[in-house]
Amino acid sequence: MYEALSSFAQTGGLVYFVLMFAGALIYALWPSNQDTFDRAAHSPLDDKGPGND
Amino acid sequence: MMISRTNSSNASGGSIASVSALVAIFGVLALIIAGRTIDHAMGIQAMTFIALATAFLVGTGMWAGNLLDRNPFDESRYEDTLVKFGVFASMFWGIAGLLVGVIIALQLTFPNVFYFPELGWTNFGRLRPLHTSAVIFAFGGNVLLATSFYVVQRTCRTRIAGGMWPWFVFWGYQIFIVLAATGYLMGVTQSKEYAEPEWYVDLWLTIVWVAYLLVFLGTLWKRKEPHIYVANWFYLSFIVTIAMLHIVNNLSIPVSLTGTKSVQVFSGVQDAMTQWWYGHNAVGFFLTTGFLAIMYYFIPKRVNRPVYSYRLSIVHFWSLIFIYIWAGPHHLHYTALPQWAQTLGMTFSIMLWMPSWGGMINGVMTLSGAWDKLRTDPVVRMMVVSLAFYGMATFEGPLMSVRAVNSLSHYTEWGIGHVHSGALGWVGYISFGALYCLVPWLYKKKALFSKSLVEWHFWISTIGILFYMISMWFAGIMEGLMWRAYNEYGFLEYSFVETVEAKHISYMIRALGGGLYFSGALIMAYNLVRTALGHGAAEPVEAKPDPYATPEPRATLVLAE
Repeated sequence: MYEALSSFAQTGGLVYFVLMFAGALIYALWPSNQDTFDRAAHSPLDDKGPGND
Repeated sequence: MMISRTNSSNASGGSIASVSALVAIFGVLALIIAGRTIDHAMGIQAMTFIALATAFLVGTGMWAGNLLDRNPFDESRYEDTLVKFGVFASMFWGIAGLLVGVIIALQLTFPNVFYFPELGWTNFGRLRPLHTSAVIFAFGGNVLLATSFYVVQRTCRTRIAGGMWPWFVFWGYQIFIVLAATGYLMGVTQSKEYAEPEWYVDLWLTIVWVAYLLVFLGTLWKRKEPHIYVANWFYLSFIVTIAMLHIVNNLSIPVSLTGTKSVQVFSGVQDAMTQWWYGHNAVGFFLTTGFLAIMYYFIPKRVNRPVYSYRLSIVHFWSLIFIYIWAGPHHLHYTALPQWAQTLGMTFSIMLWMPSWGGMINGVMTLSGAWDKLRTDPVVRMMVVSLAFYGMATFEGPLMSVRAVNSLSHYTEWGIGHVHSGALGWVGYISFGALYCLVPWLYKKKALFSKSLVEWHFWISTIGILFYMISMWFAGIMEGLMWRAYNEYGFLEYSFVETVEAKHISYMIRALGGGLYFSGALIMAYNLVRTALGHGAAEPVEAKPDPYATPEPRATLVLAE
């Protein structure tokens, strides 16, 4: 039990984290997301109030 | 016209009624406990709750009585009154928590003067958790409540969801603080660091926190902005993770339903691991991600520039939350915890350096092209210096988590110094920066009452932090070395009391540093109150034609029908 759990934490965890990190990186660096991110970065600066969509 | 009024007041009446019913149910439960308990402390806690719950219900009733001619939850306006309450609650608890910190620093420095055997509640053991909980949960928690309510509305361009429920979150949280604090003074504690409140206070906080989560999610749900701004991701991770940590670390079985005492479900090393999984993530998700959310909104807003790299903020977010959750075992080096788990905690702590510094760089570089503001705007300087302290504390932390370094630093004042460079420098300064931004924004003032008072606050507090950190580094490394010093015969060189005596001067400098920091907070409170009152430079912003003062065209159409 202990062996199984520790090997899961070590090996399984490594794979899981690498995949999660790769996913986050791909999402963040995907070229077509640039526009969304630019708009998002500016969104706090041009706040005009609720209901102004 | 009549129809829409009735509908909206029905909806608002619903949340007012459900909040009141929930508080009333707990009030009745407290009444039953007060009547049946044989535990003196539990009796006082129950009566305190009944008094606060009654005050809440009476206040709500009086307020709701005036609602017939207006909708208190008008969707065309942001809920700013709640944020104003949060700002002043933060100031109040901040001053209280820092004052207790100065008192216990003086107790350690001059134990013969500040020790009152006949007043048990003034003992260091009672006041120390009062200080830590007051500054972390009462001050920090209220700053996070206030700023998160402010930011989520602005970035989602919609009013906070839930009608009366956000008010329940605010007042319910204040009731939690009062119960926890008065309990500590009476010796009610489950002896878990940063999780001292007993089972019934934990239960109350769970309800408040779930309401907070639902209010936050509800606001995100009805947002008018397609993308969820990164600050909200940080707030959400803070709310979700604190809920998880709080529930798991407080799994306990009350000895009696009318008594304060409870027994932990876990025991031994499992309990220790759960506690430090909780404890370190309280640092990670309460004191870090929550305040990073403040950074990601308030620094761009204050310098009027978008965040340096939005892509970096995404990588920052996901790597930080995935790594932080594993770092807890570094609190348990050289204990019964398996070695591989200790090494795991240490490794993840070292890895944390990268997302931490990535975030710091992202915040500081947001000033690109506006560096002059560091000189001209003391509020910006305060927030940027907070990032410098964040960078320093998150460099020092991984270093101290290395097992060999930990063998010297653990249990010494070095740990206290490390925590306070993060707490005073990072959490304190980013919070003060946010409060200095919020008060003029909320009260529609052109500027703060006095800019030079902000300068005074900044320099007095900064000198205070430096005194605090340097004295604690000195004391910590010295006592760590003294504890491990052997003489030529293989005996310990120093008795324990000699290592305590050697810290006396450092303790004096630390108390002085804490006193300076506390004075800075008093200056801030004075400045913010005068700003809210519109004194000095806090002139009202010229009334521009406000498009939201009247119903928007779409609403007018509905009324016409």
